[in-house]
Formats: sequence, C-alpha cells, structure tokens
Amino acid sequence: MYTDIVREYLRKDKFPSIWCPGCGHGIILGALLRAVYKLGWDKNKIVLVSGIGCSGRTPGYVDFNTLHTTHGRALAFATGIKMANPELHVIAVMGDGDAVAIGGNHFIHTARRNLDITAIVYNNSIYGMTGGQVSPTTPVGARATTAPYGCVEKPFDVVELALGSGATFVARGSSYHVPMLDNIIKEALAHKGFSVVDVITTCPTTFGRRNRLTDDPVKNLEWIKERLVPLSKWEKMSEEERKGKLPFGIFRKQELPELTELYHEMDLKVRGEK
Amino acid sequence: MKKKYRITIYRDWCKGCGLCVAYCPVKILRIDEERKVSVMDEDRCVGCLMCEYRCPDFAIDVKEREEVKV
Repeated sequence: MYTDIVREYLRKDKFPSIWCPGCGHGIILGALLRAVYKLGWDKNKIVLVSGIGCSGRTPGYVDFNTLHTTHGRALAFATGIKMANPELHVIAVMGDGDAVAIGGNHFIHTARRNLDITAIVYNNSIYGMTGGQVSPTTPVGARATTAPYGCVEKPFDVVELALGSGATFVARGSSYHVPMLDNIIKEALAHKGFSVVDVITTCPTTFGRRNRLTDDPVKNLEWIKERLVPLSKWEKMSEEERKGKLPFGIFRKQELPELTELYHEMDLKVRGEK
Repeated sequence: MKKKYRITIYRDWCKGCGLCVAYCPVKILRIDEERKVSVMDEDRCVGCLMCEYRCPDFAIDVKEREEVKV
C-alpha cells in the first residue's frame, strides 16, 4: 500500500541502497516518507539536509531538494536555508555521532533559537560507517572497536539534551515501533519550531556483531523492543526498574515564537514599515 | 467476506535480510534459494502491513486485491 506510494519519492536509479541488509536506517526513511505523504507536502518545497555517515546517504536516495554537507554541520546548513527561504520545509537527518558529538554545538544552539527545522537523529549507538567506534550514545558496557572490553563512559541522552537546550518538540521513537514512528515524525514535521526526534535504531554489522546480537537484524530489533518502554509506563516505574531502559513517546510539545518570524518582525521594525 | 491481498515483491531491491519473514504474523513469506523474499501462500495474507513497515529497502508492497467476478 504505502511502498508503492513512497517509491515515487525515491530516486529509483540509486537503489538498492548501500545500507547493509536489515539496516534500521531504511526503516526510518520509510517512516519519514510516509509522514511526508500523509501531510500532503509538495516535494519541491521540502529540503532534506544531512551530514556524514550512513545516515548522510539519505538525501541521495530521496527526490526532494537535497543537500549532503560536512560532518556534524547539517543543522548549520539547514539554518542558512531556513533563514533565507522561510517558506521551505527543512528536515535535517543526522546520525548520533553527527548530531551530538561533532555537531553538538550546532544541535544545542539550533534548539535554543527555536528555528522551524525538524531534526531526525538516527541513533544506532555507534559510528557504523567507519567501522564501529564508540559514539557519545554507546550504552555503558557495550563493545566497540575502540572499547573492546566494553564502554565505560556514560552516554548522552539525546532527548534530555534537547529538552535542556530548549527544543519545543522533543520525541523518541524506534525502528521497531514503526507505525508509531510514522505518527511521531508526522507530528514533528507539522510542529512550528525546532523539533527533535531521537530514533533508536540498529546497526547489525558493527554494533550487533560485537555485542552478542549477531548480524541478524531480527535479534537487533528485538534488543530495541526489550530496552524501550512507553512514556506512560516509564512514569510509573521505580528507579530500580528503569535501569538499562529508555522511555519513548512525545516528551515536550509547546508553542513558542519561532526565529524566522521574530527576525521578519525585527526587519519590518528597522525599516520603519511597522 | 474476508478481504484478500496482493503482495508485490521488487526482487532487484530486496537484500534478503529476513525482517519481513520474522514479523509476518501468518508466516507466509520465506527467503528463497536466491536469498530474496518470496511468497508462499498469498491467500492467507491478513494485510497488517508489518512487512511493509519494517522493510528497509522498499521492496515489498501489499494491496487489497480487486475481486474479478467470473
């Protein structure tokens, strides 16, 4: 039903994609395209921006206006696009390293400014493309090429970071809970202001193989299912039960003045037209 | 009357990851000798779209079948 519809949004000559068999990135891309279809947006009014990494390949496959930028700078470029053309729908897709390690500063400042951009973080807990190094979201104890005995650092919680930096729409989804991810992304796209969706996903090839999940994508997805709990259930859980688990759902949704509008008002005031 | 569905598989895009096979509630899909997905019994499809939602490669499509009256 939906596949035939969203295939019209793809650059068909670029497929099959370079992503490994069973990679969660393709599942997220599907959810994003279904959300765009349900909103009925004109594809010529959408700009998809990415940084570097497996997630950075996304714009190459999608027939919107697309931009593949430098590592971590997806939001910096997206800011420029949105400020110059406020009528465009700007979507930034980033990996976890892209968003909160190399692009950490861009991330918190875009959130602070409340610019109308949707940031989708493909959070697979590892640097997949370069061979499985520790990223800022690798869970404690998980193995990686640069942590062969297990990671000892405390990871970033992308949702907490976004909430703390003042993003007006913050949600978490996963590539296991797909119909729900469609709805979350749809709401994030429709939200006026900076919206962040942290999507917990899998990397069977570099994360799964090192963490006793093997490269079987099904086992990797089941691992997400075990770890994630809905927000309503999370609120009733004790500290003890919360260990090793993550809540998912919509954490914040509020209306605040948006940057391009404030800028436009200031522009009119300075010119004496208002 | 029970609805029937038509499953289309784009074999050139399928990578044989097996996600659709694992999450099909009626178990009518399988990975064949060419390591691509194929349908065993289309009539038993319940149209839940779990295969479509979890396919990372846009390689499977499920549609309601138009009944042809004989």
